[in-house]
Amino acid sequence: MSINPELAGRVYPAQEPYVVGREKIREFATAVKATHRAHFDLDAAASLGHDDLLAPPTFAIIVAQRADALLVNDPDSGIDFSRVVHADQRFTHHRPIIAGDELVATLHVDTVRAMGSGAMISTRAEIATVAGEPVATTVSSILVRGEDQ
Amino acid sequence: MIDFDTLEKGQQIGSTTVYVNRADLVRYAGASGDFNPIHFNERFATEVGLPGVIAHGMFTMGAAVQLVSDWVGDPSAVIDYQTRFTKPVPVDDPAGSNPSETPGTAIEITGAIGALDAEARTARVDLSVLVAGTKVLVKAQAVVQL
Repeated sequence: MSINPELAGRVYPAQEPYVVGREKIREFATAVKATHRAHFDLDAAASLGHDDLLAPPTFAIIVAQRADALLVNDPDSGIDFSRVVHADQRFTHHRPIIAGDELVATLHVDTVRAMGSGAMISTRAEIATVAGEPVATTVSSILVRGEDQ
Repeated sequence: MIDFDTLEKGQQIGSTTVYVNRADLVRYAGASGDFNPIHFNERFATEVGLPGVIAHGMFTMGAAVQLVSDWVGDPSAVIDYQTRFTKPVPVDDPAGSNPSETPGTAIEITGAIGALDAEARTARVDLSVLVAGTKVLVKAQAVVQL
């Protein structure tokens, strides 16, 4: 199955909010070997001006990849997840993510570029609080390898 | 805290080495929710044409920025962070080793000031991220608000 060229411009609306938990921040920080105390200790986070534990700089990937999954798992997209390679990633933070945030992501499919029998697909997740405050913009490109690639 | 006015383009911010073994990949998969089997199953990785199990690009990206967080002293100062993933990071499973205890693959990270914006008071840190002498991240850039 090939990539649906009509994907570009498609928007997947926000789903259930993702609630940022303290233990998830600690778990994610440990997993990326981030050692700053503000990810683990409330007093350390407070000393930097944060009301709760501070998420590491790439934490938003959890929310972004959940949004990406809407596209990847869309039967209409033609994407075979086992052939997906992450090509690039960018995070722009409008404000820090802290424990207790309730985040929603709207996924925009910005470009779809055919590459042989595969395709390079760029998506953008606009992440905001449930109250509508912008939190982060993530941009990601995935290469979907064709059958012969 | 870093004093913006003392910074110069080209200035080194430091270097570090992060090690990644198979247990780290399982931990990252669980923490991030990225359960692509190429990051934990040798047979599957080989069958899809990879040399073997490879690290999540997002593990490498997430681990590399630690150097910047340490330098600036506040991880929330990283307001923008991007990279391209150009080469896979293979994570071996040496015979006779405990996957949780073997050191794993060494990822060498160095950072230097790539650009300064006096008006916005931001510094762009350009990261060099190497495995066995080969660049695995390209255009790895973190913008820090000072």
